[in-house]
Amino acid sequence: MSTTNNTIGTGYEGNIREQISGYFLKVKSGDMGSLPAMIGLIVLAILFSIMSPVFLTSLNFANLFNQAAALIVMAMGLVFVLILAEIDLSAGVTAGVSAAMLVIGLNAELHWTLAIAIAVVSGVVIGYFIGIIVAKVGIPSFVVTLACFLAFQGLQLLIIGSGGLYRIESSEILAIQNSNLSIVQGWIFYLVSMLLLTYSGFAARRRRSRNGQPNRPITFLYVKIAVAGVLGLVLVAALNLERSSNKAFPIHGVPIVVPVVLALWVFCTFILDRTKFGRYVYALGGNPEAARRAGIQVNNVKIAVFTICSTLAAISGIISASRIGSVDASMGRTMVLSGIAAAVVGGVSLFGGKGRLSQAVIGGFVIAIIDNGLGLMGFNAGINLLITGGVLLLAASADAISRKRGNVVVR
Amino acid sequence: MGAPLPVIELLGVEKSFGAVDVLKGVDFAVEPGKVTALVGDNGAGKSTLIKGLAGIQPYDKGIVKFDGKEISIESPRLAASLGIEVVYQDLALCDNLDIVQNMFLGREEVYRGTLNESAMEKKASQTLAGLSVKTVKSVRQKVERLSGGQRQTVAIARAVLRDTKVVILDEPTAALGVAQTEQVLALVKRLADKGVAVIMISHNLVDVFAVADKIYVLYLGKMVAALDAKTTNQNDIVGYITGTKSAQMGNK
Repeated sequence: MSTTNNTIGTGYEGNIREQISGYFLKVKSGDMGSLPAMIGLIVLAILFSIMSPVFLTSLNFANLFNQAAALIVMAMGLVFVLILAEIDLSAGVTAGVSAAMLVIGLNAELHWTLAIAIAVVSGVVIGYFIGIIVAKVGIPSFVVTLACFLAFQGLQLLIIGSGGLYRIESSEILAIQNSNLSIVQGWIFYLVSMLLLTYSGFAARRRRSRNGQPNRPITFLYVKIAVAGVLGLVLVAALNLERSSNKAFPIHGVPIVVPVVLALWVFCTFILDRTKFGRYVYALGGNPEAARRAGIQVNNVKIAVFTICSTLAAISGIISASRIGSVDASMGRTMVLSGIAAAVVGGVSLFGGKGRLSQAVIGGFVIAIIDNGLGLMGFNAGINLLITGGVLLLAASADAISRKRGNVVVR
Repeated sequence: MGAPLPVIELLGVEKSFGAVDVLKGVDFAVEPGKVTALVGDNGAGKSTLIKGLAGIQPYDKGIVKFDGKEISIESPRLAASLGIEVVYQDLALCDNLDIVQNMFLGREEVYRGTLNESAMEKKASQTLAGLSVKTVKSVRQKVERLSGGQRQTVAIARAVLRDTKVVILDEPTAALGVAQTEQVLALVKRLADKGVAVIMISHNLVDVFAVADKIYVLYLGKMVAALDAKTTNQNDIVGYITGTKSAQMGNK
C-alpha cells in the first residue's frame, strides 16, 4: 500500500521552536484552553498579595484550598454535563440531599465509611434518575434539573426538618477538611505524585515510539516535570509551615482534602481522556447525530454522564459538610451556580464539546480566590458577587468570541 | 479482459411506502474497482435505493446478491460487516474531535482498557497516505479547522479505514468549490483504483462524467438507463433524467 514516508504529520514532529510556534498559532486561532483563567489566577494572586497583608500567609493559603475544594469537585462534575451541552441545575441541591443522607447515616450510629457510601449512593441514584428522564423521555436537562432543584429542596427540608440543623460529630468526616497530613506524610504525598507524573510521562512516550509514532522533544517533558516539581515543592513546603498563632495547638501540613481532590481529578481525567466512554462523551457533545451514526449508545452515555455529575456533587456535599461541621436544610442551594461559573471561567464551553477537568480546577480557584481575597480586604458580599458575576461574563464572552473566530478560519 | 463479477447486484428490487411505490423493479450492478454513478431527479428513488443497500430500509421484494451470493441486508450493522460504507452528504463528523478521533469514532482501538492513540494515529495516517491525500497537514488537527474538501476527505477515509468493499458517496461535491471538487474527485478515482466499488450519487453531471465508469439513471422508481460513460454524453443523460428519452436498458 503506502510507503513508509508519511506525508501527513501528527503535530508531534518538529523541534522545540516549531512546537512552540505551533502552540501560539493554536492560541491565536482562538483555541485558548485554560490560558486566560490561568493568567487571571496569577494576576489575582499578585493583586491580593499586594493589597492584603494576610493573603500570602500560610494560614490563608491552606484556607484557600479548604474553601475551593467542594466547589472544584462540583465543577468537575458539571464539566461532564457541560461537555454534552447539557446543564445540571440540581447539582447543588444534590450535594445538600447527599449531605443530609450522610448525617442520617451518622446519626444512626453507622460506621463513617458506610455513611459516606450512603451519601455517594444517593448521588448515584439522583443522577441516574435525571439521566433517564433526560435521555429516555427527552425533556431538556434545563427543565428536568430545574424541577429536581425545586423537588430536592423539598426532600432536603423533609429529611432535615425546617429550621433544623444537624451537627456532624464524626471525627473522621470532620477530618477531611479540618485535619492535615503530617509533615512527613506531606512529603511522601509529594514524592508519590511526582513519581506518578514522571512515570506516566515516560510511559506515554514509550507507547508512541513502540507504535513507531513520533514524540515531541523530550525537553517538554523535562520542563513539565520540573515546573510541577517546583510548584509542588513550594505548595507542600508552604502548607507544612506552622500556621497556628497558638503554640499549644500547632496546625501544619497539607489538608487531607488536597490529596482527595487530586485523586478525584486524576481518576476522572483518566476516564475522559483515555477511555472509549470519555471519547464518546466528547463526540456526543460535538455532534450527537454523528455519534449516533457511529454506533454509540447515545442514551447510555447521557445517563452515565448525569450519574457521574450527581455523584461528584454528592462528594462535594460531603466535603462541604465536613468544612461547615453541620448540615442544614438550605445547604448547597446556591453552590451549583458557583460551580457552573467555575467551569466556565476555567474555559469550559457552554456550547458543548469542549472542556477539561483541569479547567474546572483552575476556575474553581479563581472563584475561591476572589471570594477569599475580597473577604480579607473587608469588602462585603455585594461587591464580591458583583465582581464574580463580571468575571463570569468576561469568561463566557471569551468563549463565544473564540467560537466565532474559530469558525472564520480557513474554510 | 472479461467483466469482473459485480460485488453487488440487484434484480427486480421493489420498495413502497404505503400506497406509494418508490422502487418499481430496479436492476443495479456495481463492480469492484469501478466508479458507478447513480443519477436521477429528486424523488426518482436514489435515496431509497441507497438506504436499502445500507441496511437502513430493507427492500420489499427482489433479489440482492453480494459477491454472487443471495442475501438480504437487514441492518446497518450487517451492511457494515459486509464492507458497505455510506458517506452521507452531511458527513457526520464531530467538529470538536481531531481527524484520528473522527476516523475511529465508534470503533476505537483499545490496549489494556485504554485508548491506543498512537496505533490509531498510525493507521489513520497510513490510510490517508494510501489515498495520496496531501492537503491535510496533521492527523491531529481538529475537524473544525478543516476546509469542506478536507472534511469530505476525512469522511471518505473513515469509510475505507477497514476492509471496505463498497463505498457509497451521497453528493460528495455538492458543497464544494472548484479546487476542492477536483481534489475530492481525484480521491474518488484513487479509491476505485484501489479496487473499491464506488457508488456516487450526484446531481452534477460534469462531476459524474469526470469520474464515472458507468452511469445508471433512475426515473420515477425505474432504472431507465445503464450506460458506459465513454459511449454516452450529457445530453443523453439529461434526457433520461427528465424522461424525455425513453427507457432502454442494456448497452452494457
